Amino acid sequence: MRNWLSIKLPVVILVLWALLSVTARYLPLEPDRIQLEEILAVPGEAALLGNDDLGRSIVDRMIVGARTSFLVSAWVVSLSLLLGTLLGTVTAYHGGWWDRTAVLVVDVFLAFPGILLAIALAGLLGPGIGNVVIALTIVGWVGYARLSRAQVLSLKHREHVQAAEALGTTKWRIIRKHLLPLMAAPLIIEATFGIAAVVIAEAGLSFLGLGVQPPEASWGAMIRDGTRYMLVAPHMVMAPGMAILAVVLSVNLLGDRLRDKLDTSTPSR
Amino acid sequence: MLTFILQRLLGALLVILGVVSIVFLLIHMIPGDPVEIMLGESASTADREVLRAALGLDQPVLVQFQHYLSGLLHLDMGTSIHFRRPVADLLMERLPATATLAAVTLLLTLLMALPLGIMAAVRRDSLWDTAAMSFSMLGVSIPNFWLGPILILVFSLWLGWFPVSGHSGPGSVVLPAITLSTGLIAVLSRMVRSSMLEVLGEDYMRTAKAKGMPPRRVILHHGLRNALLPVITLLGLQLGALLAGAVITETVFSWPGVGLLTIESIQSRDYPVVQACVLLISVTYVVVNLLTDLAYAWIDPRIRLGGG
Repeated sequence: MRNWLSIKLPVVILVLWALLSVTARYLPLEPDRIQLEEILAVPGEAALLGNDDLGRSIVDRMIVGARTSFLVSAWVVSLSLLLGTLLGTVTAYHGGWWDRTAVLVVDVFLAFPGILLAIALAGLLGPGIGNVVIALTIVGWVGYARLSRAQVLSLKHREHVQAAEALGTTKWRIIRKHLLPLMAAPLIIEATFGIAAVVIAEAGLSFLGLGVQPPEASWGAMIRDGTRYMLVAPHMVMAPGMAILAVVLSVNLLGDRLRDKLDTSTPSR
Repeated sequence: MLTFILQRLLGALLVILGVVSIVFLLIHMIPGDPVEIMLGESASTADREVLRAALGLDQPVLVQFQHYLSGLLHLDMGTSIHFRRPVADLLMERLPATATLAAVTLLLTLLMALPLGIMAAVRRDSLWDTAAMSFSMLGVSIPNFWLGPILILVFSLWLGWFPVSGHSGPGSVVLPAITLSTGLIAVLSRMVRSSMLEVLGEDYMRTAKAKGMPPRRVILHHGLRNALLPVITLLGLQLGALLAGAVITETVFSWPGVGLLTIESIQSRDYPVVQACVLLISVTYVVVNLLTDLAYAWIDPRIRLGGG
């Protein structure tokens, strides 16, 4: 039972999320079709999750919202992982002046609490999915840079690296063949939790009106629209909220399992 | 100790300078002409030039930066375009509301997280432990822009216990504080639990028990005091999550603090105010972390003497 709840169900939820996101384009969805006679209709036989304040189908908008959140997290986590790891690894391996500068830059970015910088950036850049990705990546790469720096610092004096250096192996090859493979586990764990953080951050930005542009659907924007009709149509807020919670909870549960499995030395968050 | 303090102070100053630079550059990241975006397309050329001159945007970037820095040193953060008032005044008006919310949230977090974490550690693998850790898992995963509206729906609209939003009477802080503290309680109780578990296995705990000390006293006096050290650091770091979360939570509850001001000024394209809010929140965070570091070093001599 426990196994089922903490592994199988989360896997099913995440696979469903990914599948819906990838296939959303090819499904017969009408997320923008306004049906005035269906305004604020409660969930029932006609519409599985009811309709919103413009009579649009909530199921259809949820699926398009799943795609938004999936795309944004895929982009942000991959870009942040790539940028952060590259910067953290190279500067830490070089050491000295490079490393000190990188540490200062990372510290400055970490001084902006949470998604505050992303909120400001998204607000200034203007709405749109591309700007959300940019804003969240500018905030997101720092964690991976810090983690990979710590990893490199503890790995670079290992014997196999010194042996490679003594043999005259190039820096790039050492990083690629002798450092990165050993750093993979903690980075993968960090990236897993990163997905959860980005899903919440994207929805948060959209909730604040700084995310995707209407009529494009996002779970966060759906919650924002729903808060105005909470007394008459709580389903408008419940459906997207449950979706975010389900995805984030699944990612966190699997991330915990992954951490226990891959690496016990990573400090708990 | 003095070297340690000086080192940390210098480090914090450097970081703050970096933060100021990024906040200054924010306005230059706006695609297109910021003056045109702020005033809208209907503004006359004369108005635009006035604002451009007022913001100093007609000068070279380095001169602008110099002006910005010297302004900050005199606590002059420019003038709000929307309110036509000094930004510093606006911030001072909004600060008490955010400080109240943060204080109540912090208090609630400590009151909940410590007992939850301690009990979970002491009764490891019991039903209590499982329940506390499940709650913690749920707490980190629930977004506060969803939890907030649900609390409003249940406790304000259905039960009528608290006001729906705004800042009226002491009751109005309850729901925002619960919303904001849920995530913090979740993270902190986990940390208290793992930190306690580590301490519970120490020799001095066995000694204390062996000499016949009452169990409660062993846990609180010998256990908790040692377990709290890493928790303090985490609390300092978590304050960042609190401040950033305040932006969203204040928006949900129309709580008239700095967070809501940030969002309002983003919406009204009042960029000097946006810059000042981001700066204020971030610098507060840096200072709190500096104080946490110093407090930690003061409590635990191993840190300040260990070459930090």
